[in-house]
Amino acid sequence: MNIHEYQGKQIMRDFGVSVPTGYVAYTVDEAVEAAKKLGSDVTVVKAQIHAGGRGKAGGVKIAKNLDEVRTYADEILGKTLVTHQTGPEGKEVKRLLIEEGCDIKREYYVGLVLDRATSRVTMMASEEGGTEIEEVAEATPEKIFKEVIDPVTGLTPFQARRLAFNINIPKESVGKAVKFMLGLYDVFVKKDCSIAEINPLVTTGDGDVLALDSKLNFDDNALFRQKDVADLRDFDEEDPKEVEASKYDLSYIALDGNIGCMVNGAGLAMATMDTIKHYSGDPANFLDVGGGATAEKVTEAFKIILSDDNVKGIFVNIFGGIMKCDVIAEGVVEATQQIGLTLPLVVRLEGTNVDAGKKILKESGLNITSADSMAEGAQKIVELVK
Amino acid sequence: MSVYINKDTKVIVQGITGSTALFHTKQMVEYGTQIVGGVTPGKGGTEVEGIPVFNTVSEAVEATGANASVIYVPAPFAADAIMEATDADMDLAICITEHIPVLDMTKVKRYMQGKKTRLVGPNCPGVITPDECKIGIMPGYIHKKGHVGVVSRSGTLTYEAVHQLSEAGVGQSTAVGIGGDPVNGTDFIDVLKAFNEDDDTEAVIMIGEIGGTAEEEAAEWVKANMNKPVVGFIGGRTAPPGKRMGHAGAIISGGKGTADEKIRVMNECGIEVAETPSVMGETLINVLKEANLFEKCKTH
Repeated sequence: MNIHEYQGKQIMRDFGVSVPTGYVAYTVDEAVEAAKKLGSDVTVVKAQIHAGGRGKAGGVKIAKNLDEVRTYADEILGKTLVTHQTGPEGKEVKRLLIEEGCDIKREYYVGLVLDRATSRVTMMASEEGGTEIEEVAEATPEKIFKEVIDPVTGLTPFQARRLAFNINIPKESVGKAVKFMLGLYDVFVKKDCSIAEINPLVTTGDGDVLALDSKLNFDDNALFRQKDVADLRDFDEEDPKEVEASKYDLSYIALDGNIGCMVNGAGLAMATMDTIKHYSGDPANFLDVGGGATAEKVTEAFKIILSDDNVKGIFVNIFGGIMKCDVIAEGVVEATQQIGLTLPLVVRLEGTNVDAGKKILKESGLNITSADSMAEGAQKIVELVK
Repeated sequence: MSVYINKDTKVIVQGITGSTALFHTKQMVEYGTQIVGGVTPGKGGTEVEGIPVFNTVSEAVEATGANASVIYVPAPFAADAIMEATDADMDLAICITEHIPVLDMTKVKRYMQGKKTRLVGPNCPGVITPDECKIGIMPGYIHKKGHVGVVSRSGTLTYEAVHQLSEAGVGQSTAVGIGGDPVNGTDFIDVLKAFNEDDDTEAVIMIGEIGGTAEEEAAEWVKANMNKPVVGFIGGRTAPPGKRMGHAGAIISGGKGTADEKIRVMNECGIEVAETPSVMGETLINVLKEANLFEKCKTH
């Protein structure tokens, strides 16, 4: 799960990790009020959307007085920002972060991620702050330093110190940089982050070390114990169909084709999309109904698939393991009747309780095309939506 | 021979009184798996389906001599359940549970270092040695005893591959689902090594998906060490970057972990990769024929 920069900074502040003072604003007046409260010489007006590259897209402005704050806030609020992470349709700005400006001396990069190869959390740091870390990794990999962290000890001061010296933090600021890194690690493990990226981390004229930006992502699987984080979710930033799906614990991702897919298991769901493409069809979505699907869940899945106007047909591909075919079949029949489905529907069932499942579909008297394999099903649905 | 489990494996079920666990316990018993006990804290001393239930894993092991555990415990408590199985010196712990927080798993991995227990999963379908022992949630009837090893990150794609093989009369030595999470106990290389050393396995099918670099590393290992043919499949060729495709591990990030890159490396390492999931079985059978192993692998 993603949150906004200002929310991430508040969490960091709560953990004693230094960030500039700032306030969120939803309106121009709130922005001016916030700037008054800050009373700083320079004020930064920052668009809050769940995407990077805001500065280049005109979403970050430096204001020298309250009039400029008003002008910039008015300009950015409601504007649709198109960055390399938003896709061509862009994202509308609904919130601003009004923040005190600071005297930047140098910019650095600090990030925490899970390293799959070692199964450990790893801190990465670089003196090439302000640019995408992927670009640094590509052009100058020697400028990225890593510390693999033992979950028993957590990030140790010597590791943080080594990183700080390696990225050439001035020695009078090393102590503050170490405190920052230890604090950031604390946030990462206590809040169940999946990514914590500070780009840039800056040193200032008076030797301070603080985060100018903050990108925190969280492990969806841990939200059950991070209720305060879950409350920060901004539904405006997500596809409404994906939001609806998540309520029913369905894993749904909208794509731009016309064949709706309902599959059990993430691997099979991906493979189903691949197979449809192979037969020159175009999947409208990725949808994994998961292991514990009920008839109700299947009905909701159908509704979500059908809320996409591009969908011209549906392919249900189930290989039951933990999922029982008869349950899916009941769900399909119930959903078809309840919704009054008129689009072509191809169903392929295999696995646990398959005979019971096929029987239910056959006896329903509904217009369902059945298929004996994934390839056959994909070919049939591609043909039917033509 | 087979890999990890056989007819002598004695299994306990952690979380046995949950509805999913109970359904699959019955299925495992029906298949012939020796389920010797179950564990649900607070329900020790009772019985379900004629199987004795214990409060702790160590108690269950002491009473039954179990050497493997299958875990159906809900996600918030699953990491602890894996560590409990490890503490009881199980040979094998298979964790079916999905949605375990990843930071819990980094601690589990650390805890298991230097200990005896092998973890398979989490978020996996389990392990099956056809006609001998089924531990997990896979539908038993699709499997046939034979000589092809199957290893996969995806549960349902494992079934797909096994089904295609069985339909074509090619049985399996063991099928291992390693799970779709970024931090898991047993990886491709562990299983490939085991298949390489297993006298009953003649060839291997390895099923991966987008995200991470486990398939690439496994392919390099195959090139350097494997003396049996390996074919593969990678799911998610058409997945858009930056989107997490269901499995926590299945995400293309920063241009890494794409299907095309994995397929390129696998091909380079001598692994034939099936074009679509529907021809996984066919691809393996062609390779068996080329290696003159088909007759040996065909179930008579």
